[in-house]
Amino acid sequence: MTGVLERTVAPVQRRRRVRVGFLASAVTIGVFLAAAVTPHVLAPSDPFTMDFTRALQSPSLAHWFGTDESGRDLFSRVIYGARESLAIGVGAAGLGVLVALVLGSIAALAGRILAGIVNRVIEVLFAFPTLLLALLLVSILGSSPLTLVIAVGLGSAPGYARMVRGQILSSKNSGYVEAARALGHARFTIFRRHILPNALRPLIAIFTMGVGQSIVWASGMAFIGLGVAPPSPEWGALLDAGRAYITQASWLIVLPGFVIVVLALAATTLGKHIQSSLEKGDA
Amino acid sequence: MMTILDSSVLPGIGQGPAARPVRLSVNNLNVGFSHHGTVRPVVRNVSFNLEEGQCVAIVGESGSGKSVTARTLVGLTGQHAVVDAGGIRLGDDDLTALSPKRWRSIRGRRIGFILQDALVSLDPLRPVGKEIEEALTLHGWGDRASRKRKVLDLLASVGVPAPRNRARQRPDELSGGLRQRALIASAIALDPEIVIADEPTTALDVTVQAQVLLLLEDMKRRGTSILLISHDLSVVAHLADQILVMSGGEVVEQGTAHSILTDPQHPYTQGLINAVPSRDTRGSRLAPAREVAPVHTAAHANDDHAGFDGPVLEATGLVKHFTAPDGSRTAAVNDVSFSLGRGETLGIVGESGSGKSTTARIALALENADAGTVRLLGQDWSAIPETRRRRLRKQISVVYQDPLSSFDPRWNTERILLDSLPAGAFATAAQRRERVLALLAQVGLPDSVLHRFPLQLSGGQRQRVAIARALAPSPSIVVLDEAVSALDVSIQAQILDLLVDLQRQFGLSYLFISHDLGVISHMSDRVLVMKDGFVVESGTADQIFTAPAHPYTKELLGALPTLDENHSVSVSPAASVPPATEGSAP
Repeated sequence: MTGVLERTVAPVQRRRRVRVGFLASAVTIGVFLAAAVTPHVLAPSDPFTMDFTRALQSPSLAHWFGTDESGRDLFSRVIYGARESLAIGVGAAGLGVLVALVLGSIAALAGRILAGIVNRVIEVLFAFPTLLLALLLVSILGSSPLTLVIAVGLGSAPGYARMVRGQILSSKNSGYVEAARALGHARFTIFRRHILPNALRPLIAIFTMGVGQSIVWASGMAFIGLGVAPPSPEWGALLDAGRAYITQASWLIVLPGFVIVVLALAATTLGKHIQSSLEKGDA
Repeated sequence: MMTILDSSVLPGIGQGPAARPVRLSVNNLNVGFSHHGTVRPVVRNVSFNLEEGQCVAIVGESGSGKSVTARTLVGLTGQHAVVDAGGIRLGDDDLTALSPKRWRSIRGRRIGFILQDALVSLDPLRPVGKEIEEALTLHGWGDRASRKRKVLDLLASVGVPAPRNRARQRPDELSGGLRQRALIASAIALDPEIVIADEPTTALDVTVQAQVLLLLEDMKRRGTSILLISHDLSVVAHLADQILVMSGGEVVEQGTAHSILTDPQHPYTQGLINAVPSRDTRGSRLAPAREVAPVHTAAHANDDHAGFDGPVLEATGLVKHFTAPDGSRTAAVNDVSFSLGRGETLGIVGESGSGKSTTARIALALENADAGTVRLLGQDWSAIPETRRRRLRKQISVVYQDPLSSFDPRWNTERILLDSLPAGAFATAAQRRERVLALLAQVGLPDSVLHRFPLQLSGGQRQRVAIARALAPSPSIVVLDEAVSALDVSIQAQILDLLVDLQRQFGLSYLFISHDLGVISHMSDRVLVMKDGFVVESGTADQIFTAPAHPYTKELLGALPTLDENHSVSVSPAASVPPATEGSAP
C-alpha cells in the first residue's frame, strides 16, 4: 500500500519550462545591457564609417544585418544604438512609474475633493491618445530624445497610476495598516513603513515590462519622424532612415524591428517572472 | 427516532443498525499527493461502512485528511492525487477505477455533495432555481415543466419559504441560511442515496446552523445516508451514528457516537473533547499544560493609571449608522453602553451583522461613533482628535481574527514586534531586543520564530505573535475581536489558556468579541448579547447562561450544539418558519 504512495512519479514538466523562459529573457537583457555599456567590444566595425561602395548590401557573413544606404554596417549600428534606445526605454518607463506613483498616491490617499480631481486627470490622460500627446509635446519642445522620453513616459503614466491607486487602496484598507493605527503610529509613518513599500513591490514588475513597451512606443514615434534624428543609430532612427528604402532593402527595417521585438519580449517575460515570483511570496 | 426508521424501512427485520443495507463501503483507503516527483501521503488506511439512513461523521482538525477523504469518494481529488484503496463500493458498484465520465453520472445522481460555503459554491450570476434545475437537466431528469415543478418541491422540502419567489433570486440576494438550503436542495435534487456534507454549517451563524442540522436530521430520518465532515465534535454529536476521529491522515479512533463521546480511548480524542470551551470549563485549563514555563517579567510596567480605580473603559449611548449602497441608512450600533473593570473580561456575543465588531472598532477609536462617548481610564477617548489619542493608544490594543492579514507580509516576527514597542520607551537596541524576547517568552514562542515571516508560521503561532504585539505597549485593555474563531479547537484551547494566564499575570482587562457562545461562556465575567445593533441582554455570565431573560438569548442557547448527544438543537418557532423578510441578505 505504502509502496504505491511512496513511488516516484515523473517530475512536473511545467517548472522546467518556466525556468527556461526566465533564463532566456535574463540572458537576452544581459546581452543588450552589455551592448549598451561596451558597444565597441561587441560591434564588428565602426557604426559611423561610410563606404558608399558597399551601400545597401543584403545580409551576409561579413555584414550580418547588411549595410545601409551609406554602406555602414547595420549590425554595428544596432549595437551602438542600444545605449540610446535602452536609455529612452528606461527613462520613459521610469518617468511613467514616477508620475504614476505621485498621481496614484494622491488619488488613493488625499481628501475627497483633491482625490476626485486627480482621478479625473488620470481618466482624461488615459483617454488621450498617446500619439496626439507626443505630437503636442514635439510641437512645443521640439524633436529630441528627451521629448520622446517625456511623451512616452507621460503617455504610459495614467495606466500605471490606476494600478498604483488600486494597490495603495488595498494596502490602506488592510489589516496591518489598521493594526499600525491601533498601535498609535502617525499617518506618515504608516505610509512610509507599510503603504509605500507594499505598493512599490508590484511596480518592479510593471517597470520591467514598461521598459520594453516604451522602446516599442519610442521606435514607433521615431518611425514617423518624431524621434531621434539620423545619423544617430538609435533604433527608432534606424527605422526612420530605412523607411525610404523599404522596397529595395527591406532588411533595413525588418532586422532592427526584429531586435526591438526581441528586447520587448525579453523585458515583458522577465517582468512577468518577477511578478509571479512576487505573487508567490504574497500567497 | 431510530426505532421508527427501523420498523418503517425494514419491517420484520431485527432491530439495530447491523440489519440495514450498506450503501457505501470504504476499505483501506490511501490518498497521497504527488509533488516534485514524490508522493506525500495525506490519508492512510481509512475504512468504514455507511448504512442506509445512517450518519457517519469524520471529525478532525485542519490537515487531518478529512476533506480529502470526502473528495476522494466523489472523485474530486484533482490530478495530483494518488488514490489507492482496497475497495470503495457504492451499493454493488466499485468506485476505485471509474472514468471521469462515469464519475459524472454518479456525482449528483447517487452521491450528493454539500460544500461549506454556499456563496462560493453557487454561481453568483444565476438564480438559485436555475442552478438546481441544471442538476436535473444534466442527468436528463424529466421534461422542462416537470423540472420546474421539481425545483419548487425541492426548495419547499428544504424549508425555503415562498419557493416560487426565492427560485428567481441570485445567491447574493439570499441570507446565509437560505443559500445553504438552496445548495442542499441542488445536492439532493436527484434523490441520491448518499449525501456527503463537508463542513456544511461552518460558515453559518449558530441559529442558522441549527436549522441546517435539523434539515440533515430530517433527511437521515427519510433514509438518506449522510457522511458528515466537520472540525467540530459538538456539531456531529447529535447527528452521527458512527464517528471517525482523524489526525495527521490517520483514523486515531473509530466507533459509535455514544462510545466516542462518553468514553474516548485515544488521547487525541480526549484532548479534542476537553478542548471544547463551555460554561462548565470556566476556570479550568482546556489544553494539557505546555512545557513552556510561565515567565515572570517586570517588563509589563504600566504606571500611567496607577491611582485610577474606576472602569478602565466606559462606553455610553454609542450609535453608529452606515449608508447602504441604495442610500438607506441602517444603524449598525444602536444605543450601546457598557463598562469594563480592571482585570475583568466583558464578552460581547452576537451573530454576523449584530454590530459587535463595529462596537469594538469604536472602543478602539478606529471608527467614530455618530453619538455617544467612550472614556478610557477615566479620560476622554472618543471626543479628542487622533493626534492627542496617539499618546493614549498604548493603553488599549487589539488582536484580530485573522493574524495573517494583520501583519505586513514583508516583515518578519522580529520587525513586527520591534515596530509595536512604544516609541521612546526603550533607549537602546539591546533593551528593545530584550523586550521582544521577553514578549515571545510570555506567549510561549521560541526565539527561533524571530526571523520567520507570518506566512511561515502555523495558525496558532501567528495568533501568539499577534498577542505578543498586542502586549508590547503594556496595555491595560486588550480587545479580542473573534481572536480564536479561525483556529482549530485544540489550538483555540491553548490560546484561550494563554489569554487567561496573561490576564492573571498582568491584570489585563479583556473586551472579548465572539460569535461562539462556548468561548464566550468560558472566558467572560459579564456578557452583552447583541442583535441588529442593540444590546438585547446584559448581565453576569452565570445569569445569561443559566437564566436567560430575552427570547433571543434563549434562542441562541437552544441552537447551540453541545457534546451531549441527547441534547438536540432546537429552533424557535420564529426561526424554523423564517419570516418573509429573512430572504434578503442583511
